[in-house]
Amino acid sequence: MSDSHFASAAPGRPSPFWNPYLAGVGLGLTLLLAYVVLGTGLGASGAITRVAASGAHAVAPAAVEGNAYLGGYFADGAPLRHYLVFMALGVMFGGGLSAFAARRTKLAVERGPRASIGMRLGLALVGGALVGFASRMGGGCTSGQALSGGAMLLAGSWGFMLSIFVGAFGAAWFVRKEWQA
Amino acid sequence: MNLYAQGLLDSPQALLLSALIGIAFGFWLERAGFGSSRKLTSIFYLRDFAVLQVMFTAIVAASLGLALLGTLGLVDTTSMYRMETVLLPQVVGGLVFGVGFVMGGWCPGTALVGLAAGKVDALVFLFGAMLGSLGFAAFFPALSGFQSTGACGVLTLPEVLGLSRGTVTLLVVLLAIGAFAGSAKLVRGRPAAGS
Repeated sequence: MSDSHFASAAPGRPSPFWNPYLAGVGLGLTLLLAYVVLGTGLGASGAITRVAASGAHAVAPAAVEGNAYLGGYFADGAPLRHYLVFMALGVMFGGGLSAFAARRTKLAVERGPRASIGMRLGLALVGGALVGFASRMGGGCTSGQALSGGAMLLAGSWGFMLSIFVGAFGAAWFVRKEWQA
Repeated sequence: MNLYAQGLLDSPQALLLSALIGIAFGFWLERAGFGSSRKLTSIFYLRDFAVLQVMFTAIVAASLGLALLGTLGLVDTTSMYRMETVLLPQVVGGLVFGVGFVMGGWCPGTALVGLAAGKVDALVFLFGAMLGSLGFAAFFPALSGFQSTGACGVLTLPEVLGLSRGTVTLLVVLLAIGAFAGSAKLVRGRPAAGS
């Protein structure tokens, strides 16, 4: 795996990850810039919901437009013309560029040594569904609610963030075979 | 004045700026190692606290910046988009999110980075997240009472604690330093996952 700490990786080998405090300052200043310029924080789950709603709309337009939660996205007819969708495209571009520059781009199913590909992908699907559901329930994800609301010192965002850690630490033992040697 | 306060978040320049900010966002997540689901989940086995270190450092940097710019009168946080606090769905949502995070190995933003780095599990996770979003929307009419339980409007920690913004920001800094020191002790002697 790629988080070995050789200062200068040999050609063809992935570069080491950057210092977490350095990355944290960079991320924090990016968030600050978003607040100062856009007037909102960072976000990711909103774009996923909008893409999902667009996909569902292609299949069942009346049901989606009539839905109490999703209907508003279609009021102006362009649910994907939203700042969070453009931000998510940027995240993919910036993340992809960074991974490529560090020689970390690789087609893979990442998992622990005891996990089968089927187990990993099955849990990724179920875990993703829980995260997607919970993001809408909590009004955001680790980006929009925990990080952005946390920096804004919002009470509910801190409650959401602490609950994430409680839920994840509580469930970790049950899925240890997915990750642990 | 920021674009949200001007009602211009849907304008072409806001969409372009959002994409540029997103590029920086994705870059920092990937540099931190968050294009790897094993790296992200290793905190929950006390092996690597990068998730905590990156997240709390970012919160400290951004909240200090907002406090400083606010004190200088350069920004007004009340003109910015602030999510309302609704206690029950945020606590229950956080718990469910945490379970999904350690099962799925990603959160939404990091999954976008993982997908761009070629991780098939990130693609499957994102597909699941889309299904989960639609599932919530389908159940939303039945959940409307639950979703408004504990609604407090926009509620900040300074208001809850009866302290000034500066004092709470200082407390967040101290909490972060304590968490960094505590996690360094916990992780000592344990090999990092995946190395």
